[in-house]
Amino acid sequence: MIPVNRQGEVWVFAEQEDGRLHDVSLELCGKARELADRIGVRMGAVLPGAGVRDLCLTLIGHGADVVYTVDDKRLAHYQTSPYARVVVELIKKHQPQIVMYGATPLGRDLAPRVASAAQAGMTADCTDLDISDVTDPKTKTVHNNLLLQIRPAFGGNIIATIVNYDMWPQMATVREGVMPLEPADPGRKGEIVEEKIEIDESLLALKLIERHLQPKTVNLKGARVIVAGGGGIGGKDSFKLVHELAGAIGGAVGASRAAVDSGYIGKEHQIGQTGTTVRPALYIACGISGAVQHRAGMEESAKIIAINTDADAPIFSVAQYGIVGDVKQVVPMMIKALRERK
Amino acid sequence: MGYHSIVCVKQVPDTANVTAEAMKEDGTVNRAALPAIFNPEDLHALETALEIRDSYGGTVTVLSMGPPKAADVLRDCLYRGADRAILLTDRRAAASDTLATSYIIAQAIRAIGPFDFVFCGRQAIDGDTAQVGPQTAEKLGIPQVTYLDELVSISDRKVRVRRNIGHGWEIVEARLPVLMTVIETANVPRPRAARRVMRLKRARVPAEIPMEVRREMPETTDEERQAEVERRLAALGKENFPIEQWDLDRIGADLDRCGLAGSPTKVFRVQAIVLTKEGYTEIPPTEDGVRKLIQELIVDHTLG
Repeated sequence: MIPVNRQGEVWVFAEQEDGRLHDVSLELCGKARELADRIGVRMGAVLPGAGVRDLCLTLIGHGADVVYTVDDKRLAHYQTSPYARVVVELIKKHQPQIVMYGATPLGRDLAPRVASAAQAGMTADCTDLDISDVTDPKTKTVHNNLLLQIRPAFGGNIIATIVNYDMWPQMATVREGVMPLEPADPGRKGEIVEEKIEIDESLLALKLIERHLQPKTVNLKGARVIVAGGGGIGGKDSFKLVHELAGAIGGAVGASRAAVDSGYIGKEHQIGQTGTTVRPALYIACGISGAVQHRAGMEESAKIIAINTDADAPIFSVAQYGIVGDVKQVVPMMIKALRERK
Repeated sequence: MGYHSIVCVKQVPDTANVTAEAMKEDGTVNRAALPAIFNPEDLHALETALEIRDSYGGTVTVLSMGPPKAADVLRDCLYRGADRAILLTDRRAAASDTLATSYIIAQAIRAIGPFDFVFCGRQAIDGDTAQVGPQTAEKLGIPQVTYLDELVSISDRKVRVRRNIGHGWEIVEARLPVLMTVIETANVPRPRAARRVMRLKRARVPAEIPMEVRREMPETTDEERQAEVERRLAALGKENFPIEQWDLDRIGADLDRCGLAGSPTKVFRVQAIVLTKEGYTEIPPTEDGVRKLIQELIVDHTLG
């Protein structure tokens, strides 16, 4: 761990694969920029990889004042130990006060390993981050400008705010899609620092034998409008209405776990705690009761319309517009109204 | 020969099935009303270890950290085929965050002895952090493979596994020893074996006895209960059940690294999710109602 370091930078671990930065890293750059401005320190990005120099400019465009890059062929494919070594060494050297990682499969593999090696704290799967003065209820000491690490816990039934008073850096993984992806400013200026970190052969413990990437067929995260269906739709045939409504609006099709488990649609469409987290401009929930696990993945949507026969369904508690009625009648009305306007 | 596996398991509240009975009137969850269950992914971690032992020989030791009641999940492991179970229970370990927990687990694993594999479920459903596995691997100084989806092969002290990487999969080869975290698609956990249940259902750790006596003999005096506790402990001592109770002294833990003192992260605030109905408009399920709604969304540019 490092001591409290008020001048320490706010860092983002920049996740890349085959020369492409992960969206969540750019989302985090926007948030880190905001937090760094509020504390009055620089914002840095950490970029390990091989042949990743071009990506430094993208990170600067998204808000980084400085990019620490480690370019090494042995870092071409992610594996835990060498990546963790790089991040830990850079933390020791530059003593950042905050480090954030995307809560991707890679981020959730790397971040705890780094935390353990650095003897530091780590909060998983945050859905929000904030800066605030915090009084330790035990000692009554006031700690200025701490990172509030806000996350759902206990199966999404509570929201916990976690802080790290003095065993720094303050570190968290952040869920994909919960921070807005701000547009880049190609004119921004920043510093690129090429770091050399010793990577011992013994760290390369894993051998990659085979790798198979499934192309993304469903882009829920990028959709402006999502029409999602739940178990209340009652059958695979009726689920076609969800596709039709999405087609009429130009939106993507989502689903609750109940709909996926009933075989109405594939798992790649699932929204919620075990699926994708989304925050579209409009979310239309059709026949979704709104279990907490589902709400956790969509309640940040700017507008929510809920259609359900059960007036007491929890989905109505997060909706701005509620229609108590049968999806099989209401959805065709919506499709008709949409077509009329054209 | 064979392979020695250590499996980390946890007893958790069943957060996935929050029933109406578990909801308080203010819309928050009553934790005490949730049943305590075997963390689902840990069952798959156990099954992976049992399959390796069944194919190649060796042993399976299960380890859990928690209150005395957590012995329930260890007995369940014994019923399903584990050879040895250890409950690490110590009040001084309470309030440990994931870093302190991983330190304690790593110390316990070292105290168990030489091993080839450590298996954990990917994450526990009460915290969903998925951190303790990787943090423990770091403390043990061994490689980790997370999201184990299929055990492909073991030969020449090398293991090949398929791991789920979210947008696809990869097969990696690791040298032993290694720590792996397992997801639920990896296998189908075997049921409890009736003969093992018969043989081991009376297996207890000493810390369970006072609670059990209090539950079974509510009408008796403290002295009578104490005598019964001592009688049962003496009887338990004569049996040779493969379940042990350890504390922090047994694993040589540095107390500054355990519990609250060893935890960098502190819970500052907890808010229950309460259902509210702010800024809510009900739309009648009629052609007219729906048309007005669509109009409104077009006017405010929600629909382009």
